Amino acid sequence: MANTMQFDLVSPERSLASLEATAVQLPGADGDMTAMPDHAPTITTLRPGLLKVEAPAGASEYLVTGGFAQINGDGLSVLAEKAIPVAEVTRSHLDDLIAEARASHEVAKAGDDQSIVDDAAKLLADMEALGTHMSL
Amino acid sequence: MPSLKDLKNRIESVKSTRKITKAMQMVAAAKLRRAQESAEASRPYAERFNAVMAGLAASVGGSDSAPKLLRGTGSDDVHLLVVMTAERGLCGGFNSNIAKLARQKAEELRGKGKTVKVLTVGKKGRDALKRDLGDLFVGHVDLSEVKRIGYANAQDIAKDILSRFDGAEFDVATIFYSKFVNVVTQIPTAQQIIPASFEDDAAGDDSGAIFDYEPSEEAILADLLPKGVATAIFSALLENGASEQGARMSAMDNATRNAGEMIDKLTIQFNRSRQAVITNELIEIISGAEAL
Repeated sequence: MANTMQFDLVSPERSLASLEATAVQLPGADGDMTAMPDHAPTITTLRPGLLKVEAPAGASEYLVTGGFAQINGDGLSVLAEKAIPVAEVTRSHLDDLIAEARASHEVAKAGDDQSIVDDAAKLLADMEALGTHMSL
Repeated sequence: MPSLKDLKNRIESVKSTRKITKAMQMVAAAKLRRAQESAEASRPYAERFNAVMAGLAASVGGSDSAPKLLRGTGSDDVHLLVVMTAERGLCGGFNSNIAKLARQKAEELRGKGKTVKVLTVGKKGRDALKRDLGDLFVGHVDLSEVKRIGYANAQDIAKDILSRFDGAEFDVATIFYSKFVNVVTQIPTAQQIIPASFEDDAAGDDSGAIFDYEPSEEAILADLLPKGVATAIFSALLENGASEQGARMSAMDNATRNAGEMIDKLTIQFNRSRQAVITNELIEIISGAEAL
Protein backbone atom coordinates (compact mmCIF):
# COMPACT_ATOMS: atom_id res chain seq x y z
CA MET A 1 0.00 0.00 0.00
CA ALA A 2 1.23 3.38 -0.88
CA ASN A 3 2.17 5.57 2.08
CA THR A 4 1.44 8.84 0.41
CA MET A 5 -0.98 10.22 -2.10
CA GLN A 6 -0.95 13.19 -4.40
CA PHE A 7 -2.65 16.18 -2.77
CA ASP A 8 -3.65 19.24 -4.77
CA LEU A 9 -5.25 22.35 -3.38
CA VAL A 10 -6.43 24.74 -6.06
CA SER A 11 -8.45 27.92 -5.94
CA PRO A 12 -9.87 29.63 -9.03
CA GLU A 13 -7.05 32.14 -9.04
CA ARG A 14 -4.08 29.91 -8.46
CA SER A 15 -2.84 26.53 -7.38
CA LEU A 16 -1.91 26.68 -3.69
CA ALA A 17 -0.38 23.33 -2.98
CA SER A 18 0.62 20.22 -4.83
CA LEU A 19 2.48 17.68 -2.74
CA GLU A 20 2.62 14.13 -1.46
CA ALA A 21 0.55 13.78 1.71
CA THR A 22 -0.02 10.94 4.15
CA ALA A 23 -3.36 12.17 5.46
CA VAL A 24 -5.67 15.10 4.85
CA GLN A 25 -8.46 16.16 7.17
CA LEU A 26 -11.34 17.81 5.34
CA PRO A 27 -14.26 19.88 6.62
CA GLY A 28 -16.89 17.92 4.68
CA ALA A 29 -20.44 19.18 4.38
CA ASP A 30 -21.67 16.15 6.34
CA GLY A 31 -18.90 16.34 8.92
CA ASP A 32 -15.14 16.23 9.05
CA MET A 33 -13.42 13.35 7.35
CA THR A 34 -9.86 12.26 6.96
CA ALA A 35 -8.63 10.97 3.64
CA MET A 36 -5.66 8.64 3.57
CA PRO A 37 -4.08 6.79 0.65
CA ASP A 38 -6.40 4.24 -0.98
CA HIS A 39 -9.49 5.94 0.33
CA ALA A 40 -12.66 4.95 -1.51
CA PRO A 41 -13.35 7.32 -4.42
CA THR A 42 -15.50 10.09 -3.01
CA ILE A 43 -16.71 13.52 -3.98
CA THR A 44 -17.85 15.77 -1.17
CA THR A 45 -18.72 19.41 -0.82
CA LEU A 46 -16.93 21.38 1.87
CA ARG A 47 -18.19 23.74 4.48
CA PRO A 48 -15.98 26.62 5.60
CA GLY A 49 -13.36 25.33 7.98
CA LEU A 50 -9.83 24.12 8.43
CA LEU A 51 -8.09 21.74 6.14
CA LYS A 52 -5.20 19.86 7.75
CA VAL A 53 -2.56 18.25 5.63
CA GLU A 54 -0.04 15.79 7.00
CA ALA A 55 2.90 15.17 4.77
CA PRO A 56 6.34 13.63 5.23
CA ALA A 57 7.72 17.13 4.73
CA GLY A 58 5.64 18.48 7.61
CA ALA A 59 2.07 19.37 8.43
CA SER A 60 0.23 22.42 7.13
CA GLU A 61 -3.18 23.95 7.62
CA TYR A 62 -5.41 25.99 5.36
CA LEU A 63 -8.57 27.95 5.93
CA VAL A 64 -11.05 27.09 3.17
CA THR A 65 -14.40 28.72 2.52
CA GLY A 66 -16.44 26.08 0.77
CA GLY A 67 -15.79 24.25 -2.44
CA PHE A 68 -15.46 20.55 -2.94
CA ALA A 69 -13.00 17.68 -2.73
CA GLN A 70 -12.49 14.80 -5.07
CA ILE A 71 -10.82 11.71 -3.69
CA ASN A 72 -9.80 8.95 -6.01
CA GLY A 73 -7.53 5.97 -5.63
CA ASP A 74 -4.22 7.74 -6.00
CA GLY A 75 -4.89 11.27 -4.93
CA LEU A 76 -7.00 14.00 -3.54
CA SER A 77 -7.90 17.31 -5.14
CA VAL A 78 -9.50 20.07 -3.17
CA LEU A 79 -11.15 22.82 -5.18
CA ALA A 80 -11.74 25.63 -2.75
CA GLU A 81 -13.48 28.91 -3.51
CA LYS A 82 -10.96 30.64 -1.35
CA ALA A 83 -8.08 29.08 0.54
CA ILE A 84 -5.56 30.80 2.79
CA PRO A 85 -2.64 29.19 4.64
CA VAL A 86 -3.49 29.40 8.34
CA ALA A 87 -0.28 31.24 9.12
CA GLU A 88 -1.44 34.08 6.86
CA VAL A 89 -4.98 34.30 8.24
CA THR A 90 -5.58 37.44 10.21
CA ARG A 91 -8.46 38.64 12.29
CA SER A 92 -9.59 40.88 9.44
CA HIS A 93 -9.88 37.90 7.07
CA LEU A 94 -12.09 36.23 9.58
CA ASP A 95 -14.10 39.35 10.23
CA ASP A 96 -14.81 39.57 6.50
CA LEU A 97 -15.99 35.99 6.48
CA ILE A 98 -18.16 36.51 9.55
CA ALA A 99 -19.64 39.67 8.07
CA GLU A 100 -20.42 37.77 4.88
CA ALA A 101 -22.02 34.92 6.82
CA ARG A 102 -24.02 37.38 8.89
CA ALA A 103 -25.24 39.19 5.78
CA SER A 104 -26.43 35.96 4.18
CA HIS A 105 -28.09 35.02 7.46
CA GLU A 106 -30.00 38.32 7.42
CA VAL A 107 -31.03 37.76 3.82
CA ALA A 108 -32.15 34.24 4.66
CA LYS A 109 -34.19 35.43 7.62
CA ALA A 110 -36.08 37.77 5.32
CA GLY A 111 -37.11 34.78 3.18
CA ASP A 112 -39.49 32.07 4.34
CA ASP A 113 -37.37 28.95 3.77
CA GLN A 114 -36.46 27.73 7.26
CA SER A 115 -33.75 25.33 6.09
CA ILE A 116 -31.81 28.17 4.46
CA VAL A 117 -32.06 30.22 7.65
CA ASP A 118 -30.73 27.28 9.65
CA ASP A 119 -27.88 26.76 7.19
CA ALA A 120 -26.92 30.40 7.35
CA ALA A 121 -27.08 30.42 11.14
CA LYS A 122 -24.88 27.35 11.28
CA LEU A 123 -22.38 28.92 8.90
CA LEU A 124 -22.24 31.99 11.10
CA ALA A 125 -21.70 29.90 14.21
CA ASP A 126 -19.01 27.87 12.40
CA MET A 127 -17.18 31.04 11.48
CA GLU A 128 -17.21 32.37 14.99
CA ALA A 129 -16.09 29.04 16.43
CA LEU A 130 -13.27 29.00 13.93
CA GLY A 131 -11.98 32.30 15.23
CA THR A 132 -11.96 31.01 18.81
CA HIS A 133 -10.30 27.81 17.68
CA MET A 134 -7.52 29.68 15.98
CA SER A 135 -7.26 32.04 18.97
CA LEU A 136 -7.50 35.18 16.89
CA MET B 1 3.18 72.10 -51.51
CA PRO B 2 3.66 72.34 -47.74
CA SER B 3 6.35 74.70 -46.53
CA LEU B 4 9.54 73.50 -44.87
CA LYS B 5 8.23 74.55 -41.48
CA ASP B 6 4.97 72.64 -41.97
CA LEU B 7 6.88 69.51 -42.89
CA LYS B 8 9.13 69.85 -39.90
CA ASN B 9 6.14 70.19 -37.56
CA ARG B 10 4.46 67.23 -39.18
CA ILE B 11 7.55 65.05 -38.68
CA GLU B 12 7.79 66.08 -35.06
CA SER B 13 4.16 65.22 -34.40
CA VAL B 14 4.40 61.80 -36.07
CA LYS B 15 7.54 61.15 -34.05
CA SER B 16 5.74 61.82 -30.79
CA THR B 17 2.85 59.60 -31.92
CA ARG B 18 5.38 56.86 -32.56
CA LYS B 19 6.76 57.29 -29.07
CA ILE B 20 3.29 56.91 -27.58
CA THR B 21 2.36 53.82 -29.59
CA LYS B 22 5.74 52.28 -28.82
CA ALA B 23 5.18 52.87 -25.11
CA MET B 24 1.67 51.45 -25.30
CA GLN B 25 3.01 48.39 -27.05
CA MET B 26 5.55 47.79 -24.32
CA VAL B 27 3.01 48.31 -21.56
CA ALA B 28 0.65 45.89 -23.32
CA ALA B 29 3.46 43.33 -23.58
CA ALA B 30 4.12 43.53 -19.85
CA LYS B 31 0.41 43.33 -19.04
CA LEU B 32 -0.03 40.47 -21.47
CA ARG B 33 2.54 38.41 -19.63
CA ARG B 34 0.72 38.99 -16.35
CA ALA B 35 -2.66 38.26 -17.90
CA GLN B 36 -1.36 35.05 -19.42
CA GLU B 37 0.08 33.98 -16.10
CA SER B 38 -3.21 34.44 -14.29
CA ALA B 39 -5.07 32.71 -17.11
CA GLU B 40 -2.73 29.76 -16.78
CA ALA B 41 -2.96 29.75 -12.98
CA SER B 42 -6.72 29.44 -13.19
CA ARG B 43 -6.67 26.56 -15.61
CA PRO B 44 -6.15 23.66 -13.14
CA TYR B 45 -9.23 24.69 -11.20
CA ALA B 46 -11.42 25.03 -14.27
CA GLU B 47 -10.23 21.73 -15.71
CA ARG B 48 -10.83 19.72 -12.56
CA PHE B 49 -14.10 21.45 -11.96
CA ASN B 50 -15.35 20.61 -15.43
CA ALA B 51 -14.14 17.02 -15.10
CA VAL B 52 -16.13 16.54 -11.90
CA MET B 53 -19.16 18.34 -13.28
CA ALA B 54 -19.10 16.30 -16.48
CA GLY B 55 -19.18 13.11 -14.42
CA LEU B 56 -21.97 14.39 -12.22
CA ALA B 57 -23.99 15.81 -15.07
CA ALA B 58 -23.73 12.54 -16.97
CA SER B 59 -25.10 10.53 -14.05
CA VAL B 60 -27.83 12.93 -12.91
CA GLY B 61 -28.48 14.96 -16.05
CA GLY B 62 -31.11 12.75 -17.62
CA SER B 63 -33.45 12.60 -14.66
CA ASP B 64 -36.31 15.02 -14.03
CA SER B 65 -34.92 15.90 -10.62
CA ALA B 66 -31.87 17.55 -12.17
CA PRO B 67 -31.53 21.22 -11.22
CA LYS B 68 -32.91 23.82 -13.60
CA LEU B 69 -29.44 25.21 -14.24
CA LEU B 70 -28.50 21.94 -15.90
CA ARG B 71 -31.80 20.89 -17.42
CA GLY B 72 -32.97 24.30 -18.55
CA THR B 73 -36.40 25.78 -18.01
CA GLY B 74 -37.97 23.67 -20.70
CA SER B 75 -38.19 26.44 -23.24
CA ASP B 76 -35.70 28.60 -25.07
CA ASP B 77 -37.75 31.67 -25.86
CA VAL B 78 -35.78 34.27 -23.98
CA HIS B 79 -32.04 34.49 -24.53
CA LEU B 80 -29.62 36.48 -22.44
CA LEU B 81 -26.45 37.48 -24.24
CA VAL B 82 -23.62 38.41 -21.90
CA VAL B 83 -21.18 40.42 -24.00
CA MET B 84 -17.78 40.73 -22.37
CA THR B 85 -15.41 43.29 -23.84
CA ALA B 86 -12.65 45.60 -22.70
CA GLU B 87 -12.98 48.91 -20.91
CA ARG B 88 -10.52 50.61 -23.24
CA GLY B 89 -10.11 50.94 -26.94
CA LEU B 90 -6.98 51.10 -29.11
CA CYS B 91 -6.71 47.34 -29.25
CA GLY B 92 -7.34 46.60 -32.92
CA GLY B 93 -10.40 44.58 -33.77
CA PHE B 94 -10.72 43.05 -30.32
CA ASN B 95 -13.88 44.82 -29.16
CA SER B 96 -15.56 45.05 -32.53
CA ASN B 97 -15.01 41.35 -33.25
CA ILE B 98 -16.82 40.35 -30.07
CA ALA B 99 -19.56 42.89 -30.72
CA LYS B 100 -19.94 41.61 -34.27
CA LEU B 101 -20.37 38.04 -33.11
CA ALA B 102 -22.94 39.09 -30.51
CA ARG B 103 -24.81 41.17 -33.08
CA GLN B 104 -24.94 38.25 -35.50
CA LYS B 105 -26.26 35.95 -32.82
CA ALA B 106 -28.85 38.49 -31.73
CA GLU B 107 -30.07 38.93 -35.32
CA GLU B 108 -30.21 35.19 -35.81
CA LEU B 109 -32.24 34.68 -32.62
CA ARG B 110 -34.57 37.55 -33.39
CA GLY B 111 -35.07 36.11 -36.86
CA LYS B 112 -36.33 32.95 -35.20
CA GLY B 113 -38.79 34.95 -33.13
CA LYS B 114 -36.93 34.65 -29.81
CA THR B 115 -36.68 37.43 -27.29
CA VAL B 116 -33.15 38.69 -26.80
CA LYS B 117 -31.76 40.49 -23.77
CA VAL B 118 -28.26 41.86 -23.56
CA LEU B 119 -26.02 42.26 -20.53
CA THR B 120 -22.79 44.04 -21.25
CA VAL B 121 -19.55 43.74 -19.34
CA GLY B 122 -17.05 46.40 -20.28
CA LYS B 123 -17.71 49.85 -21.69
CA LYS B 124 -16.55 49.29 -25.24
CA GLY B 125 -19.00 46.52 -25.98
CA ARG B 126 -21.80 48.66 -24.65
CA ASP B 127 -20.82 51.53 -26.92
CA ALA B 128 -20.49 49.28 -29.94
CA LEU B 129 -23.89 47.64 -29.48
CA LYS B 130 -25.81 50.68 -28.31
CA ARG B 131 -27.03 51.67 -31.75
CA ASP B 132 -28.31 48.27 -32.90
CA LEU B 133 -29.29 46.56 -29.68
CA GLY B 134 -29.60 49.48 -27.27
CA ASP B 135 -33.25 48.80 -26.51
CA LEU B 136 -32.42 45.22 -25.50
CA PHE B 137 -29.94 46.15 -22.76
CA VAL B 138 -30.95 44.88 -19.35
CA GLY B 139 -27.81 45.74 -17.46
CA HIS B 140 -24.18 46.68 -17.52
CA VAL B 141 -21.20 45.65 -15.42
CA ASP B 142 -18.48 48.24 -15.10
CA LEU B 143 -14.98 46.90 -14.53
CA SER B 144 -13.09 50.10 -15.28
CA GLU B 145 -12.14 50.51 -11.63
CA VAL B 146 -10.79 46.98 -11.40
CA LYS B 147 -7.03 46.81 -11.71
CA ARG B 148 -6.68 43.08 -11.60
CA ILE B 149 -9.55 40.73 -12.35
CA GLY B 150 -10.25 38.51 -9.37
CA TYR B 151 -12.60 35.63 -8.78
CA ALA B 152 -14.78 37.98 -6.75
CA ASN B 153 -15.55 40.01 -9.90
CA ALA B 154 -16.69 36.85 -11.66
CA GLN B 155 -18.78 35.89 -8.64
CA ASP B 156 -20.55 39.24 -8.70
CA ILE B 157 -21.42 38.89 -12.37
CA ALA B 158 -22.53 35.29 -11.82
CA LYS B 159 -24.71 36.37 -8.90
CA ASP B 160 -26.37 38.99 -11.07
CA ILE B 161 -27.03 36.49 -13.84
CA LEU B 162 -28.28 33.81 -11.45
CA SER B 163 -30.71 36.15 -9.71
CA ARG B 164 -32.11 37.06 -13.11
CA PHE B 165 -32.41 33.36 -13.91
CA ASP B 166 -34.21 32.70 -10.62
CA GLY B 167 -36.50 35.57 -11.43
CA ALA B 168 -37.35 33.76 -14.70
CA GLU B 169 -36.07 36.65 -16.79
CA PHE B 170 -34.49 34.37 -19.36
CA ASP B 171 -34.15 30.71 -20.38
CA VAL B 172 -30.75 30.50 -22.02
CA ALA B 173 -27.61 32.47 -21.25
CA THR B 174 -24.64 32.75 -23.57
CA ILE B 175 -21.38 34.55 -22.88
CA PHE B 176 -19.36 36.25 -25.60
CA TYR B 177 -15.65 36.70 -25.16
CA SER B 178 -12.42 36.34 -27.04
CA LYS B 179 -10.33 33.24 -26.66
CA PHE B 180 -6.61 33.90 -26.51
CA VAL B 181 -4.59 31.78 -28.92
CA ASN B 182 -1.49 33.91 -29.36
CA VAL B 183 -0.54 37.54 -29.76
CA VAL B 184 -1.86 37.82 -33.30
CA THR B 185 -4.82 35.44 -33.01
CA GLN B 186 -7.80 35.85 -30.73
CA ILE B 187 -10.99 34.01 -31.52
CA PRO B 188 -14.32 35.60 -30.60
CA THR B 189 -16.27 32.84 -28.91
CA ALA B 190 -19.84 32.26 -27.82
CA GLN B 191 -20.32 29.82 -24.95
CA GLN B 192 -23.62 28.74 -23.48
CA ILE B 193 -23.49 28.74 -19.68
CA ILE B 194 -27.15 28.22 -18.74
CA PRO B 195 -28.32 25.50 -19.12
CA ALA B 196 -24.82 24.26 -18.41
CA SER B 197 -23.06 21.90 -20.72
CA PHE B 198 -19.80 20.22 -19.85
CA GLU B 199 -17.37 18.60 -22.19
CA ASP B 200 -17.06 14.94 -21.51
CA ASP B 201 -13.53 14.46 -22.79
CA ALA B 202 -12.10 15.90 -19.56
CA ALA B 203 -13.75 13.13 -17.57
CA GLY B 204 -11.75 10.49 -19.41
CA ASP B 205 -9.02 10.17 -16.79
CA ASP B 206 -11.51 9.24 -14.07
CA SER B 207 -13.19 6.51 -16.07
CA GLY B 208 -13.77 3.35 -14.11
CA ALA B 209 -13.81 5.02 -10.70
CA ILE B 210 -17.22 5.00 -9.10
CA PHE B 211 -17.49 7.82 -6.62
CA ASP B 212 -19.30 8.03 -3.33
CA TYR B 213 -21.09 11.32 -3.04
CA GLU B 214 -21.44 13.23 0.20
CA PRO B 215 -24.12 14.53 0.61
CA SER B 216 -26.10 13.25 -2.41
CA GLU B 217 -25.29 13.66 -6.09
CA GLU B 218 -28.21 16.04 -6.49
CA ALA B 219 -27.17 18.17 -3.52
CA ILE B 220 -23.61 18.45 -4.76
CA LEU B 221 -24.80 19.32 -8.24
CA ALA B 222 -27.16 21.97 -6.88
CA ASP B 223 -24.28 23.41 -4.87
CA LEU B 224 -21.76 23.33 -7.69
CA LEU B 225 -23.79 24.52 -10.68
CA PRO B 226 -23.88 28.17 -9.56
CA LYS B 227 -20.14 27.93 -8.97
CA GLY B 228 -19.82 26.54 -12.48
CA VAL B 229 -21.35 29.73 -13.84
CA ALA B 230 -18.86 31.81 -11.86
CA THR B 231 -15.98 29.61 -12.99
CA ALA B 232 -16.98 29.89 -16.65
CA ILE B 233 -17.24 33.66 -16.35
CA PHE B 234 -13.94 33.88 -14.53
CA SER B 235 -12.09 31.93 -17.22
CA ALA B 236 -13.78 34.03 -19.88
CA LEU B 237 -12.73 37.24 -18.13
CA LEU B 238 -9.14 36.06 -17.93
CA GLU B 239 -9.08 34.90 -21.54
CA ASN B 240 -10.52 38.27 -22.49
CA GLY B 241 -7.86 40.06 -20.46
CA ALA B 242 -5.07 38.23 -22.23
CA SER B 243 -6.72 38.68 -25.63
CA GLU B 244 -7.18 42.39 -25.08
CA GLN B 245 -3.52 42.92 -24.27
CA GLY B 246 -2.45 40.67 -27.14
CA ALA B 247 -4.66 42.56 -29.57
CA ARG B 248 -3.42 45.90 -28.27
CA MET B 249 0.17 44.78 -28.54
CA SER B 250 -0.12 43.84 -32.20
CA ALA B 251 -2.24 46.89 -33.01
CA MET B 252 0.33 49.18 -31.40
CA ASP B 253 3.16 47.33 -33.11
CA ASN B 254 1.48 48.05 -36.44
CA ALA B 255 0.90 51.65 -35.50
CA THR B 256 4.54 52.09 -34.51
CA ARG B 257 5.68 50.62 -37.81
CA ASN B 258 3.29 52.81 -39.80
CA ALA B 259 4.51 55.89 -37.96
CA GLY B 260 8.10 54.91 -38.82
CA GLU B 261 7.21 54.61 -42.51
CA MET B 262 5.42 57.93 -42.41
CA ILE B 263 8.45 59.59 -40.82
CA ASP B 264 10.73 58.20 -43.55
CA LYS B 265 8.40 59.43 -46.26
CA LEU B 266 8.06 62.88 -44.73
CA THR B 267 11.81 63.15 -44.17
CA ILE B 268 12.47 62.43 -47.86
CA GLN B 269 9.89 65.03 -48.84
CA PHE B 270 11.45 67.49 -46.40
CA ASN B 271 14.95 66.95 -47.82
CA ARG B 272 13.74 67.29 -51.41
CA SER B 273 11.99 70.58 -50.71
CA ARG B 274 15.04 71.84 -48.84
CA GLN B 275 17.25 71.01 -51.83
CA ALA B 276 14.73 72.66 -54.16
CA VAL B 277 14.84 75.80 -52.07
CA ILE B 278 18.66 75.85 -52.12
CA THR B 279 18.76 75.22 -55.86
CA ASN B 280 16.29 78.01 -56.40
CA GLU B 281 18.37 80.43 -54.37
CA LEU B 282 21.52 79.47 -56.35
CA ILE B 283 19.74 80.00 -59.64
CA GLU B 284 18.58 83.39 -58.48
CA ILE B 285 22.11 84.40 -57.43
CA ILE B 286 23.69 83.13 -60.64
CA SER B 287 21.14 84.72 -62.93
CA GLY B 288 21.47 87.92 -60.92
CA ALA B 289 25.25 87.87 -61.40
CA GLU B 290 24.92 87.12 -65.14
CA ALA B 291 22.57 90.08 -65.64
CA LEU B 292 25.27 92.49 -64.45
